Amino acid sequence: MAELSALFHGFGVILTPMNILLMFVGIILGVLIGVLPGLGGANGVAILLPLTFSMSPTSAIVMLSCIYWGALFGGAITSVLFNIPGEPWSVATTFDGYPMAQQGHAGAALTAAFTSSFIGAFVAVVMITFLAPLVAKFALKFGPPEFFAVYLLTFCSFVGMGKGSPFKILASMTIGFALAAVGMDTVTGQLRLTFGIPDLMRGFDFLIGVIGLFGIGEILISMEEGLAFSGKSAKINAKVVFETWKKLPQYWMTSIRSSLVGIWMGITPGGATPASFMSYGLAKKMSKNGNNFGKGEIEGVVAPETAAHAAGTSALLPMLALGIPGSPTAAVLLGGLLIWGLQPGPLLFVEQKDFVWGLIASMYLGNLVGLIVVLTTVPLFASILRIPFSIIAPVIVVICAIGAYTVHNAMLDIWLMMLFGVIGYLFKKLDYPLAPLVLALVLGDKAEDSFRQAMLVSQGELSIMWSNYLVGGISTLAMVLLFWPIISRIIAKVRPPKRDEFAAEQPVD
Amino acid sequence: MEPSEHSGAERAGVPTYVVEAVVAALVVLMGLIVVQGSRSLGSGWTTDGPGAGYFPFYIGIILCISGAGIFYQALFTKAKNTDIFVDNEQLKRVLQVLIPALVYVAAVQFLGLYLASAIYITLFMVYLGNYSWIKSVIASLVVITLFFCMFEVWFKVPLFKGVLDPLRFLGY
Repeated sequence: MAELSALFHGFGVILTPMNILLMFVGIILGVLIGVLPGLGGANGVAILLPLTFSMSPTSAIVMLSCIYWGALFGGAITSVLFNIPGEPWSVATTFDGYPMAQQGHAGAALTAAFTSSFIGAFVAVVMITFLAPLVAKFALKFGPPEFFAVYLLTFCSFVGMGKGSPFKILASMTIGFALAAVGMDTVTGQLRLTFGIPDLMRGFDFLIGVIGLFGIGEILISMEEGLAFSGKSAKINAKVVFETWKKLPQYWMTSIRSSLVGIWMGITPGGATPASFMSYGLAKKMSKNGNNFGKGEIEGVVAPETAAHAAGTSALLPMLALGIPGSPTAAVLLGGLLIWGLQPGPLLFVEQKDFVWGLIASMYLGNLVGLIVVLTTVPLFASILRIPFSIIAPVIVVICAIGAYTVHNAMLDIWLMMLFGVIGYLFKKLDYPLAPLVLALVLGDKAEDSFRQAMLVSQGELSIMWSNYLVGGISTLAMVLLFWPIISRIIAKVRPPKRDEFAAEQPVD
Repeated sequence: MEPSEHSGAERAGVPTYVVEAVVAALVVLMGLIVVQGSRSLGSGWTTDGPGAGYFPFYIGIILCISGAGIFYQALFTKAKNTDIFVDNEQLKRVLQVLIPALVYVAAVQFLGLYLASAIYITLFMVYLGNYSWIKSVIASLVVITLFFCMFEVWFKVPLFKGVLDPLRFLGY
């Protein structure tokens, strides 16, 4: 039970008045981000990252991860009350959440959503507590070929498990890699692809990309639809909360199933959005009230929310243990670690015990604090959504500009952010997924380094990727996933598959 | 922003597959630039391992291939998407946000983040939100003061204050 004592040590590290205060500040900022259109988990954390530069890494990560939890909680508020998913993974929550609100059960729907989010996240954190040290210990044996194989697997699984055109996923990913290559080459020190422009020497910072792609892009999309919010009002009082809590235990099977789906999809870079849809579909199929799904069934809120939070939380496991984030937001947190001078990866568990266990402990506490905060302050946040869009929109543009500027104190970054915003708008409309672009932009240099190291070891022979069972297995799996669009087409010819009923609603993430 | 009254009635604009094809062509162009750039860096094998352009070279090739694939899918398959990409009304609304935002970014270079943001929020509210001047000025001042407290006072992150810096006397 070394993990438990380490965990209690972690609680000891974070339980200072300052950290608790930051936790509340983080949750409130996070819910605010989750509620506001155009600001989501990834770009919200990216914008607020500079605020933490002057803090100690532990306090900083406590605050940032709480922003993340807050954003996860906040997405549910807009889905239930306004039928506007604040985040892609809350789309499935609108199916039953909004009908419940229309029938006057907004309080019950929100309580169910928040509570199941908490449960999903809690199960995932327990999993991280015990699994992450094991994975990290195992990964200590990895050499460059193994690491490159894992990177390859991460990126290939976007192609294999993603929705939409595989060419678009590949294009989005390679654009990320190409932008990551710009600037100083880490091995030879040469300037690459700068075309003589001195400002490009620093390369493209992925934080700028995240802020532009998700923030400005989202604003442009919302603008196009000419948003007029029409929301249901929410009253949550203690009575509604307790009555809903009494009903929830009968859905224990759904919760467990959804948590497992979420954990699996979160560790592999499938992400929270497919997890929520998959879990909603499974619950609809297996529940005895399956026919009522879509008309305001509480189980239809429990399933996607549990899965989305379990996935969102589990995405931090590969980030901590391997240095490979499972979602754009985890990627931003990873960027934070690098800025504070921590090297993510297996050694983190050996060298930065305080930090790692502080973070894991803060996940437990942050979720609890988050649950309490959202249950008590929903009306306040719901009223923010009633502020007209013509006030919100310029404020969000300003927030994005400030966020982009503070990353490097560079003016060019604000222009780049606007450029990324236009790209984000086009890509969103044309169904290019953005997550592979962001992850490739973050991991590009590291994936390339491990590739070049592996090639140096083998003197340029690609066969090193199959030199032993471990690396060979990962590489083979990666290849299967890369060619999955073709393989699945062949399988479909032999045996026609069942139609996916939510295929149309699921956003390309 | 009120939703347009005659939306759906007359949707004029560019069909989606044209935009798809243009974006795909840009992806191919980007791939070619990357390939060209990395070839000049040395995309082969040097004495001390793979050259600086080795990895980007193959990335550029994949970019070209996927761009060509999207181009083909957009133009030559049966499922050609002929829906309108944006109609004129939507395009107008998007540009209403995009162009002022670009002007704002240009203004930031001279006026600094605080002053430019205050002016931007006020003008946006007056001209696009049809608010009265008094309301707009008050709202933007409240927002900017909040940002000022948050960045300069609480979290101690200095922002660019421009050449004028009217609040220099505050000492931040």
